[in-house]
Amino acid sequence: MRFMVMVRATKDSEAGVLPDEKILTEMGKFNEELVKAGVMLAGEGLQASSKGARVRFSGSKRTVIDGPFAETKELIAGFWLWQVKSKEEAIEWVKRCPNPFSGESEIEIRQVFEAEDFGAEFTPELRQQEERLRARVAAKKKKKKK
Amino acid sequence: MTASSTHGAIDAVWRIESAKIIAGLARIVRDVGLAEELAQDALVAALERWPESGIPDNPGAWLMAAAKNRALDYYRRTKLLERKHEELGREIEAEHEMAAADFAAAVDSALDDDIGDDLLRLVFTACHPVLSTEARAALTLRLLCGLTTDEIARAFLVPEPTIAQRIVRAKRTLAETRVPFEVPRKDELAARLASVLEVVYLVFNEGYSATAGEDWMRPALCEEALRLGRILAELAPEEPEVHGIVALMEIQASRAAARIGPSGEPILLLDQDRSRWDHLLVRRGLAALARAEQLGGRLGPYALQAAIAACHARSRTAEETDWARIAALYDALAQIAPSPVVELNRAVAVAMAFGPAEGLALVDALASEQALKHYHLLPAVRGDLLVKLGRLDEARAEFERAASLTHNAREKKLLLDRAAASHKIRVVK
Repeated sequence: MRFMVMVRATKDSEAGVLPDEKILTEMGKFNEELVKAGVMLAGEGLQASSKGARVRFSGSKRTVIDGPFAETKELIAGFWLWQVKSKEEAIEWVKRCPNPFSGESEIEIRQVFEAEDFGAEFTPELRQQEERLRARVAAKKKKKKK
Repeated sequence: MTASSTHGAIDAVWRIESAKIIAGLARIVRDVGLAEELAQDALVAALERWPESGIPDNPGAWLMAAAKNRALDYYRRTKLLERKHEELGREIEAEHEMAAADFAAAVDSALDDDIGDDLLRLVFTACHPVLSTEARAALTLRLLCGLTTDEIARAFLVPEPTIAQRIVRAKRTLAETRVPFEVPRKDELAARLASVLEVVYLVFNEGYSATAGEDWMRPALCEEALRLGRILAELAPEEPEVHGIVALMEIQASRAAARIGPSGEPILLLDQDRSRWDHLLVRRGLAALARAEQLGGRLGPYALQAAIAACHARSRTAEETDWARIAALYDALAQIAPSPVVELNRAVAVAMAFGPAEGLALVDALASEQALKHYHLLPAVRGDLLVKLGRLDEARAEFERAASLTHNAREKKLLLDRAAASHKIRVVK
């Protein structure tokens, strides 16, 4: 199963303060461990929300809101995508992560949906979509053969 | 923390640490089976202690230390030491203690060293050619992936005692034949690496396409094989075939969601909805293939198969597929790893690139091939080409024959549907 592991923003990360060399080195080592263990699928650090934007949806209306955003602790400063066997394994790996910032910080672990998680809820619509698609493919094939 | 959540956490620690602990110990005790038993003892100690004491801050180091103590106890107990004693002709207790101290120092230095080499030794030992492929697979999943015998048994759909016995026998064989705990020398390396990659690919395929029964996929095995491959790629980054097999597995795994329809039926590559391919895995696969190619030299069989898979992965639609290139890659594959199955695939590519008649000529040349006598894909491909040539009665007979040869229930149905469809097309005409 896959987990998205998100590093929460801090006042510093939002201020655009780059992590110091010690943290960068430790984080580099940790990332290397993840790769060597075959766990890391992807990972990126994110710039401050002042360089981002949001699009708010209200019915059919769309409003663009430029960053920065106030609720620092709810923002994301970086993420990984990991392939592990269990949530516990993801937690164990996070516990080995160096503190991404000096002082207080938090990392959130969220499981990624896989096709089979949708189960019966997902299939009726999917089935319809698939059937339409296959009917189209079949029609096309028939046409070619004639 | 509740007892069950502690157990979950211990499982996770084991998953992360066990291979390193076993590999480090194996270097000292020179016996993979014994190393695993000592590591298991450390795990039992953790299962006894941690639910009460809580999980230590550095659980890996705790397990290492516990395993080290078990190794020391074992060393003190064994006849090995006594024999050494007799050889030296001394019976002084102090000497005994000193030998144990030397041993402790050796353990410490081994555990402090870069564990990468030990892990690589462990891979080569678990996949040693003295063992059958099935034994290698079971032992590798156990030692490198930290799976329990029960998990391995469930994954391979065999009873647990079968796997347990397979592992016990494999360990015994390794001990009896005195397989050294080492990375093979240069002149042996290619053959020994092939023996490792064969195991990885067997595990992957076992998960990707079940040969019998209802289920087409056992994703856990695919994930373990991918993990093994990714670990190997870091342990042996100079080996193009390691990146080749990783590329092949990543790209094949990227199609997992698209290759099975809503009611569990298989969807063939060209009919798959490409938007459902996992593009992260596609990207990883293409990157791994690029790594293999950058290392230079002629591509090996896995890298070539990955290059073929990459042709499909790069095409946005089935119609865009570069079949001429695929045919050329199969040609290259047939030269270094000739097999009737490769020939059959080449025939399909040739048919797509240059027309069904040319493909059919290649397929017909395989008709007398003994190895394909019971291979359902031969008549399936032949049927497909006959449909394209408008020879529908012959096509139906081929699909029916193919259906009678497969043991996979889903595949059988697909083939019988195609047989019926050939009939229908004729009626419509």
